[in-house]
Amino acid sequence: ISHGHGGSHSSSGGSTLLGYIGIDTIIEQMRKKTMKTGFDFNIMVVGPSGLGKSTLVNTLFKSQVSRKSAGWARDEKIPKTVEIKSVSHVIEEGGVKMKLTIVDTPGFGDQINNDNCWEPISKYINEQFEKFLKEEVNITRKKRIPDTRVHCCLYFIPPTGHCLRQLDVEFMRRLSHSVNIIPVIAKSDTMTIEERQEFKQRVRKELENNGIEFYPQKEFDDDMEDKSDNDKIRETMPFAVVGSDKEHQVNGKRVLGRKTAWGIIEVENPNHCEFAQLRDFLIRSHLQDLKEVTHNIHYETYRAKRLNDNGGLHPISSNDTQESNL
Amino acid sequence: MLSHIIAGCLRFSWWRAFASGIQRKFFGEGVRAVPLAGHVGFDSMPDQLVNKSVNRGFCFNILCVGETGLGKSTLMDTLFNTKFEGEPTQHNQPGVTLKSNTYELQESNVRLKLTVVNTVGFGDQINKEDSYKSIVEFIDTQFEAYLQEELKIKRTLHSYHDTRIHACLYFIAPTGHSLKSLDLVTMKKLDSKVNIVPIVAKSDAISKSELAKFKIKITSELVSNGVQIYQFPTDDESVAEINSTMNSHLPFAVVGSTEEVKIGNKMVKARQYPWGTVQVENENHCDFVKLREMLIRVNMEDLREQTHTRHYELYRRCKLEEMGFKDTDPDSKPFSLQETYEAKRNEFMGELQKKEEEMRQMFVQRVKEKEAELKEAEKELHEKFDRLKKLHQDEKKKLEEKKKSLDDEVNMFKQKKTAAELLLNQAQQAGGSTTLKRDKERKK
Repeated sequence: ISHGHGGSHSSSGGSTLLGYIGIDTIIEQMRKKTMKTGFDFNIMVVGPSGLGKSTLVNTLFKSQVSRKSAGWARDEKIPKTVEIKSVSHVIEEGGVKMKLTIVDTPGFGDQINNDNCWEPISKYINEQFEKFLKEEVNITRKKRIPDTRVHCCLYFIPPTGHCLRQLDVEFMRRLSHSVNIIPVIAKSDTMTIEERQEFKQRVRKELENNGIEFYPQKEFDDDMEDKSDNDKIRETMPFAVVGSDKEHQVNGKRVLGRKTAWGIIEVENPNHCEFAQLRDFLIRSHLQDLKEVTHNIHYETYRAKRLNDNGGLHPISSNDTQESNL
Repeated sequence: MLSHIIAGCLRFSWWRAFASGIQRKFFGEGVRAVPLAGHVGFDSMPDQLVNKSVNRGFCFNILCVGETGLGKSTLMDTLFNTKFEGEPTQHNQPGVTLKSNTYELQESNVRLKLTVVNTVGFGDQINKEDSYKSIVEFIDTQFEAYLQEELKIKRTLHSYHDTRIHACLYFIAPTGHSLKSLDLVTMKKLDSKVNIVPIVAKSDAISKSELAKFKIKITSELVSNGVQIYQFPTDDESVAEINSTMNSHLPFAVVGSTEEVKIGNKMVKARQYPWGTVQVENENHCDFVKLREMLIRVNMEDLREQTHTRHYELYRRCKLEEMGFKDTDPDSKPFSLQETYEAKRNEFMGELQKKEEEMRQMFVQRVKEKEAELKEAEKELHEKFDRLKKLHQDEKKKLEEKKKSLDDEVNMFKQKKTAAELLLNQAQQAGGSTTLKRDKERKK
């Protein structure tokens, strides 16, 4: 067996090493293992219809992954109550396989009376936690428990330019403790840069006043480095985005964009909108963290509550033979 | 030309079938694969995951089982290129105990918390029937600790310091003949609980030809006794070849040494004998390099995974079944665990209440008794007091009587005296002084 490594490495902390052992190869071993198993990612989009949710998701993942493109008609009627529709696809890049599930919530915020329209969403999120929990407490467990828990919820704020609507505040207030909420300002090409900045500031202020912590939550910052990175992101959120799946020719290059009479809005141009920032944040740097916060925090909160309550259990029938020998 | 096209189409459809086959294998039926129109960026996911793991640090726990004097500590020192503390143990241990030491090692940005557990006194007793027990107990204790953490309501699994044993190096004495019955019994007891990697210790004591025969004998004995040793995984193409080659070299014949000897112009780890030098890292001399390669550089992650997904799950299943939990099918009753928790909790509370009641009763009883005692004592005291008072009064009366009689006597005496004086005066006046003289003389 030959290695490219030679000589000795110096170490810090603990026993002094007198030569190369090879424990740093565990990184490679772990990477190989992840590539082999692939992973799941579940993202929920919430917002009234017409805000470009499906387009944005398709743009983010550069493929037709959202519900609208999976064979349903674009001019479907708006449902009378909030429905939960999820669709999954497998995408692969650089040897890494991902099962991406987009959970759409048509009907949210579309009625005249939107009372409690967050309830079906909250119920869905808890149902996924429940499913996972049931699998986890089995005696004989699957080697890999299928993960349908919502890792991230993109909340679409209409670009009114004024402030958050009551519905927005209510929704985010109720759900920020069970799911990672990432607010985005949709169709932001209707605002100028100054209008956009002001709007964002107002939105941030209002979220703060209502005690709403969106992702990345301050309390889960791992260390100082994490905190400073996340602070920068928190200062820029909510991201003002524009989505498009059409390509146009700009300066000799093919870019994704929206063509209007007064110019082409380039989706991936950071001067035009913050799509690229959202994509980098969501996919290239915080994808794993979103899953970890969901698993280590939101799921654990649900589980602890579930194990403490008596309320959710089905009653035990009189001739139940489930009595165990304790 | 046509054949080209047909061949191309066939290849394409074959690839589609192959790809969808893979996708089905990974993600289940009913999930379509869609192509990407550009670079999305989630291929950085393994890096993101690895970075998080690196920040957390890694754990690796090795258990060394073998008789005293087989060079377990030296081998660990050699494997990890460091000098772990500890003195060689004596041969007079009354039983088998396990001593574990944890070290923090670091290489580039990887921090490893390495725990080395040694069996102290293994094989030293006259009666070795129970030798394996403390080892099995130790392994089970680590599983139990993890299980307890997992069953907690408020738990922190992601920052839990994993103490479960990931690899068990079983040191076989270099007799050259066969496995000892102690070895077979112990390995049989351990093979369902831990990944066993058998090694021939101090293998410089055996010649090459004897070693080959020894290895064959060992392997056949293990097989015929149904001992399941750890097989290096061969499902990943990148490591399948090397792992399957290594599987055929088991058990590894190793030599450990931390002393360095100059060979040529290099300092190498070796053992120096008058007849030659055994170089630890020379593959012609021993299998040390193979062991290091397999244990650390290729399969460390797999060892950890097998421990978690196979051995721990088996322990957990058995333990939960033992405790009386049963799996329910998904639509009848949810959460047998929760119900059993409830029942257990109620039972416990009931017992607690009963005990509390008992204690309260006992307390009340005791108070009553004490009260009665005190009352008794009080009564007695009163009686005594009365008695004494009476006594005192009697005495006083007696004394007064006596005084009275004394007084009477004194009075009588006084009367007599006065009467006598009177008489004397009268006699004086009448009889003259002669009577007085006569009385005076008489009185003298």
